[in-house]
Amino acid sequence: MWAFIHKLGSPKWFYGISQRLQPWFWVVALVLIAVGTVWGLAFAPADYQQGNSFRIIYVHVPSAFLAQSIFVTMAVAGVIFMVWKIKIADMAAAVMAPLGAAMTFISLFSGAVWGVPTWGTWWMWDARLTSMLILLFLYLGVIALRGAFASRDSASRAASVLAMVGVINIPIIKYSVDWWYTLHQPASFTLTERPAMPTEMWLPLLIMVVGFYCFFIAVTLLRTRTEILRREANKRWVRELAGEAN
Amino acid sequence: MSLRLQARNLACERDDRWLFRGLDLDIRAGEIVRVEGPNGSGKTTLLKILSGQLADYEGDLFWGERPMRQAREAFLSNLLYLGHAPGVKAALTPLENLAWYQALAGQPRDESSRLAALESIGLVGFEDVPTGQLSAGQQRRVALARLLLTPRPLWVLDEPFTAIDRDGVRDLEQRLVEHARRGGCVLVTTHHELTPCAELRRVRLGAGGSDGGH
Amino acid sequence: MAVTERMTTEAADVDTPSVEPQGGLGVAFGATVKRDLVLLLRRRSEVMNPLVFFAIVITLFPIGISPDPELLATIAPGLLWVAALLAALLSLDSLFRADYDDGSLEQLLLTPQPLALLSLAKVAVHWLLTGLPLALMAPVLGIMLALPAGSYAVLALSLALGSASLSLIGAIGAALTVGLSRGGVLLSLLVLPLYIPVLIFGAGAVQAAILGDGVTAHLAILGALLAVALIFAPWAIAASLRISING
Repeated sequence: MWAFIHKLGSPKWFYGISQRLQPWFWVVALVLIAVGTVWGLAFAPADYQQGNSFRIIYVHVPSAFLAQSIFVTMAVAGVIFMVWKIKIADMAAAVMAPLGAAMTFISLFSGAVWGVPTWGTWWMWDARLTSMLILLFLYLGVIALRGAFASRDSASRAASVLAMVGVINIPIIKYSVDWWYTLHQPASFTLTERPAMPTEMWLPLLIMVVGFYCFFIAVTLLRTRTEILRREANKRWVRELAGEAN
Repeated sequence: MSLRLQARNLACERDDRWLFRGLDLDIRAGEIVRVEGPNGSGKTTLLKILSGQLADYEGDLFWGERPMRQAREAFLSNLLYLGHAPGVKAALTPLENLAWYQALAGQPRDESSRLAALESIGLVGFEDVPTGQLSAGQQRRVALARLLLTPRPLWVLDEPFTAIDRDGVRDLEQRLVEHARRGGCVLVTTHHELTPCAELRRVRLGAGGSDGGH
Repeated sequence: MAVTERMTTEAADVDTPSVEPQGGLGVAFGATVKRDLVLLLRRRSEVMNPLVFFAIVITLFPIGISPDPELLATIAPGLLWVAALLAALLSLDSLFRADYDDGSLEQLLLTPQPLALLSLAKVAVHWLLTGLPLALMAPVLGIMLALPAGSYAVLALSLALGSASLSLIGAIGAALTVGLSRGGVLLSLLVLPLYIPVLIFGAGAVQAAILGDGVTAHLAILGALLAVALIFAPWAIAASLRISING
């Protein structure tokens, strides 16, 4: 077990295995996203209340899921890095942060676009949107902190601690914002809380969500590989690799 | 438990550069070990690792017979570390500064021992002056007074002679030798050439990164 | 490669019994509290600055929005809370910085006592000389914002409770950024999002008091947040300080 974990932690081994895994995730991600998009936009029935504008959930919901999952994954990677000193975990955490921030932004943006036909305004202090906005700030904090240190080792540790602190706070922030919202706003219908969605509507959504997750894994593998080459540029195996390529 | 600090196959990598590798050290009671090397060879880093501040190293550290990670508290109760910065508060008087260190070390509050320490380090008459008004050398002496105030067997001193005048250097050197003769041990980096004596031993760190795969 | 070179024959093998760890956590904690109190009281302006900042920011709002007492009364709870929160943030950057610069932070890390508890002593002093005075001052500024009667005690109490959490959470950010030469703005960026739950329940308590609703729930949640912060924050602060000292 230990040997396996440490093998997994070896950048060289990871570089090899990820090379083989990566194409599969790309293929699955692209197929699922293509199917989900066509199905969701062209074939799923229109919403009886909101008409066609509801179709934005096929982007909004997967990106929102991913935004939260990536933060949790990043914090878990931080724990692995801090406790077992597995550098690959930190490399993955480092490349995940911008992707997570991008997903948060996409979900905020799609929420704003959806707000125009629904609320008649680009921004409402809706509980979900507010939580998402705070999540975006948390991401930006982690990215900024990592960038602020001159020593990469310290940067990695600091970013890991902040991600852990953030992940403990996310549920607290979420519940307090929900509570705040119900206090100030009469309950109006939100994008995702809807009574029993018919199968033709949620099945494409499920496909999109799975597709987004595969996309996340594929991008993370790709970018972690780049990060490995960048950080291990002095190691013999990387130089041999470069020698082969030339 | 006898006084013994060991490092086996110690290596430290900082941002892809090996500061040192394969370092074996065995520091025992009665020794003064001077760590030598050019600027940037990792002297301060080595001292920080050996004083338990930096956990970012490869290899093994032992305090007595126990691995450092398990013996941390026991190790810290034996250690007196003085770093580059003297660690004295400019707004507090020398007496107040020492009072804090006395409490941190778990010693009872005892003003007479603090006064005695300040006296023998040459700060008579400055006990109640805010440390910020003293000269750099005097501020360094306030920090050095801790060597007399808190009896700890292992001294780890990073450039302790900085800003000290010639008499002070001689006194301090004398104290290091006395400490070693009484069964303590001293780990020190300094640009100042120490007078050779039976207790002195040198550890040389090479120019950094010689093994970094270049 | 490092070369070890023996200058002398084997040094006289004196078997010194090494010192056994001593207790005295209480003594070390008390001495650290006392030292920080003395230090801050010798530089009174540092204690006064957040209070003055608080007063000035509160003055800006009627000037920037409207002097209408009715309007001010509706937004007063939020304004007071946000301004107090920013004032407390202002003094956070210096929490560990002086200790970092003069080397006493290194020494704090090297005591046999648990660093988490000693850093808690420093946070306690920060709250005592920032959070608590802000809480006591807030009712006075409440009068200037035409805060409705009956909510003044709740305002002070919620601020006193909440600012303790703010000090604890903020200290994590201060510890993470203490090794950076320009940590100030970054510190706010890291810490402010984490302040939101405290702000929601703190300002919520004052609002509930104005509306005549029960405030026990709000204060209980503020207390719960403080308890959570007390459990987790000291360890995060200690870990962050260890990272920063090696930066």
